[in-house]
Amino acid sequence: MKTNGGAALIKALELEGVDVMFGLPGGAILPVYDPIIDSPIRHILVRHEQGAGHMAEGYAHATGRPGVAMVTSGPAATNIITPLADAYMDSIPMVVITGQVGTAGIGTDAFQEVDTVGITRSITKHNELVTRAQDIPRIVREAFHIATTGRPGPVLIDIPKDLVDPTNPNSALDWYWPDSVDLPGYNPRLDGDPELIEAAARLILAAERPILYAGGGILKARAAEALLALAEMLDIPVVTTLMARGAMPDDHPLCLGMPGMHGNYTAVTAMQESDLLIALGSRFDDRVTGKLDGFAANAKIIHVDIDPAELGKVRRPDVGITGDCRLVITEMINALKILGGADKQPDRSAWKSTISGWQEKFPLTYVQSEPGDLLKPQFVLEQLRDNTPDDCIVASGVGQHQMWTAQYWKFNHPYTWINSGGLGTMGFAVPAAIGAKVGRPDRMVWAVDGDGCFQMTAQELVTAAAERIPVKIAILNNAYLGMVRQWQEMFYEERYSEVYLSPDLPDYKMWAESMGCVGMRVESPEDVLPAIQRANEVDDRPVVIDFRTDAREKVFPMVPSGKSNSDIVVGPEDYR
Amino acid sequence: MNTNPSVVRHHIISVLVENKPGVLARVSGLFARRGYNIFSLAVAPTDDDRRSRITIVVDVESAPLEQIVKQLDKLINVLEIDELAPGDAVERELLLATVESPQATRQTFAVQVEVAGARILDAGDDTVTVSLEGTPDELDQFALLLATHPVVALQRTGRVALPKIG
Ligand SMILES: Cc1ncc(C[n+]2csc(CCOP(=O)(O)OP(=O)(O)O)c2C)c(N)n1
Ligand SMILES: [Mg+2]
Repeated sequence: MKTNGGAALIKALELEGVDVMFGLPGGAILPVYDPIIDSPIRHILVRHEQGAGHMAEGYAHATGRPGVAMVTSGPAATNIITPLADAYMDSIPMVVITGQVGTAGIGTDAFQEVDTVGITRSITKHNELVTRAQDIPRIVREAFHIATTGRPGPVLIDIPKDLVDPTNPNSALDWYWPDSVDLPGYNPRLDGDPELIEAAARLILAAERPILYAGGGILKARAAEALLALAEMLDIPVVTTLMARGAMPDDHPLCLGMPGMHGNYTAVTAMQESDLLIALGSRFDDRVTGKLDGFAANAKIIHVDIDPAELGKVRRPDVGITGDCRLVITEMINALKILGGADKQPDRSAWKSTISGWQEKFPLTYVQSEPGDLLKPQFVLEQLRDNTPDDCIVASGVGQHQMWTAQYWKFNHPYTWINSGGLGTMGFAVPAAIGAKVGRPDRMVWAVDGDGCFQMTAQELVTAAAERIPVKIAILNNAYLGMVRQWQEMFYEERYSEVYLSPDLPDYKMWAESMGCVGMRVESPEDVLPAIQRANEVDDRPVVIDFRTDAREKVFPMVPSGKSNSDIVVGPEDYR
Repeated sequence: MNTNPSVVRHHIISVLVENKPGVLARVSGLFARRGYNIFSLAVAPTDDDRRSRITIVVDVESAPLEQIVKQLDKLINVLEIDELAPGDAVERELLLATVESPQATRQTFAVQVEVAGARILDAGDDTVTVSLEGTPDELDQFALLLATHPVVALQRTGRVALPKIG
């Protein structure tokens, strides 16, 4: 069948099962926007291309399916750089299509030409500049395969205009759809080496103080059930990193919650004191380990990751296993059973009671506000957590509000927590929440955002209002770039430099209303619950609540940057 | 240039890649991005023109070789990677140099060149262009000899290598 590159591109996306894409048209990608009119794929018109990228990420986080974004060349391609880098750092499956100037114009500094594949080479899992229309079906097929298999990640396809423009002979091709991909240099290993799995099982059964260190890879591998089975089989406590919140239910007695710079005392210290860390889909990020040479100094390491380059990158494992976490954990459970299972373990009751002692002694705490004072952000989060469904999806921006959400929320289901971990992208929350709601319309979706973050991508609420995507945004408005303020307070002698934002400029309620949302403002504790309840009832448009919170509140515990996890600062009373 | 490249901090990685536009940029970009230093790099298609072989001499003090290899292996267009320890490889490199060689001493110079196993490719009134193919060590020695004359230009290809058979 004769066709053209633009029609072939859309058809290929349909065959990949794409039901929605996020984008914004322009000159170079114009021809592809014509066949979209007749396609069953829903296109969501964003207000800024960064929004399209983060929406695709939010969609992927919430559904496990690859997010798709399509934008034009030049400034649109550069606008979507941040989401690409974000998806690369957090291993999010995403396919981004960028328009490019016509093949004859490439390299001539043509209007809206940038070297998109050059710019994005180090922040994509793979990228490809299409040079012949005939390659389009194959390249699309490969892009989805690469984005979704192995360690997932973003793949970018850059398509010159002449190859998709039906009036240009360069766009002609004979339609085909490859039934498999031929990528000789790409063979991710899925099952673990049985000998290494047995070695790991022996280490686990001999350990006195083991900890399961679950990372985002557990969620990518759909391995939450396997993790739970392993933890319960051997009665081993689990920490869930920022990227793995929800991979183990927070209400489960074996779940210790989040480790790391702002982790809780028990999770941080249990890792620190353990004699065996079983790292599953986690990568010893510096925000988790603190000062490396003081990190879990007496622990042996089992490290399971689908990306062999992670094994030994930061900390040399005693047993390093390349493979898919779900398969490897399942194989490990079998190996453990063969070796005699839980009965063969040493008595760990002392370790367990040490841990519960820490939990009792060092819970997360804050002091409720005095009447007339601003709200405590933690209080707002507790109210929100306790008055939304258990499977509510929560997205966040980056800053104090993100850390408080990660700490105070109870994540009892996988894929309910969406945040920017590796890149720490301010402005992530609003578009990511929109993408998540598009992917999971059956779920309630809240974003907890900072006032600083909100101002970076709020315009996408116009998209949400226009498309009737009823997300709910709680702004923890402390009138500051709060996380930076916290560092200046603690480490720069309270010399506040360029962190004040003002609580009233902009007027968030009016801004929300002008974008077609319901806008509210809450200043006192007794108004928090009614506002949340009112927001929960709105189902035909987005809601924004401006919660006025206390800027003096700081995120604790905290392992100061560059310090060892053993130097954890539990609360404000012990940091000076 | 390091005058003593046989020191162990250099390692050879032989990378078989798909012969496609941009692949060399992916490989060299990865080195730059991860802070690994390239000492020399040589690239050309293999007998199968859909593939190219890139021979990279890396400064392993800049990063552990294992990380370099694993990161390279993640590139979709990289097909195969061989790490060649200095003793396990057959290595060759080519040197071209144009040096000042006045007529008066030209004859002596020509003898030196011949003794070194090099060849004179081109000669003018005051300058001579010579070439030597050999091991990196032989080229180093020859470069020292040339340095006793004013060198107008000197160019080395960077080494190519294949695993030793015997
Ligand atoms: C795009 C971007 N710019 C700058 C930063 C550095 N940064 C990290 S947190 C933060 C403050 C965020 O302020 P806000 O959204 O109000 O959140 P808060 O910390 O007050 O809760 C800044 C500026 C960043 N992470 N991302
Ligand atoms: Mg703030």
